[in-house]
Amino acid sequence: MKYVIVFLVGGAICVIGQLLICYTRMTTARILVAFVLAGIVLTALGVYEPLIGFANAGASVPLTGFGYTLAKGAIDGARQNGVLGAITGGLEASSGGVAAAIFFAVSGALAFSPKTKK
Amino acid sequence: MSMPKDKRAQIYRERVKALQPKSKASGMCVRAFFVGGLICCIGQLIRDFGEKALKLTGNDLSTFTCVVLIFLGALTTGLGIYDRIAKFAGAGTSVPITGFANSMTAPAMEYKKEGFISGLGTRLFSIAGPVLTYGVAGSVIVGLLSLIFH
Repeated sequence: MKYVIVFLVGGAICVIGQLLICYTRMTTARILVAFVLAGIVLTALGVYEPLIGFANAGASVPLTGFGYTLAKGAIDGARQNGVLGAITGGLEASSGGVAAAIFFAVSGALAFSPKTKK
Repeated sequence: MSMPKDKRAQIYRERVKALQPKSKASGMCVRAFFVGGLICCIGQLIRDFGEKALKLTGNDLSTFTCVVLIFLGALTTGLGIYDRIAKFAGAGTSVPITGFANSMTAPAMEYKKEGFISGLGTRLFSIAGPVLTYGVAGSVIVGLLSLIFH
């Protein structure tokens, strides 16, 4: 049952992205920025955390979940360390993902070459 | 070519319309739904594995899931698999965090022939750059606002 909810919520969030692509002709970069910002705003409003509790990876794997990690880190940091925590919290919470993305992207780019397009 | 100008324009418009790809929004949405949902389920599998087999909790568990998904996204991009799925699934592959890894790996790989600094190093961030810029700036704003409104 847990996986059904993960599948449904994760799929639904992707459909929102697909609708934006089809009907507004937004570029991928715009969609990704919009999703991260949406995640940040929804977290700040207290809406996204319950959704993560409900849908687990269905809400944390889409990029809105990355926005959630950033915003939650900043809010928790602010609670513990005030202004300094508000500044460091977001990147601190997402540092693993950001560093992994840079490291694996560089490794991948060095190890592989683009496949010829047909 | 003795046709009046507006008549010719009309025929031209009809031909363009017939050759334009039909917008397959509903089909694309179904595919985005299934592939996106599936990627999230893979994420949940990784998370459950981290929780049960590696005894991870809290932030460590989220970071572990995120790192493994990003690794898989970068690897399948390097192997040329991810972009093939992306052609089929659209936002189903670009919205999950694996799509973020893909958006960094693919241009870095493509432009490495233009050098390691202005090729690979710069292009790596062609999409991730704006995402991180507005993501981090937004998180600081939310953090500061939470100080005021808490």
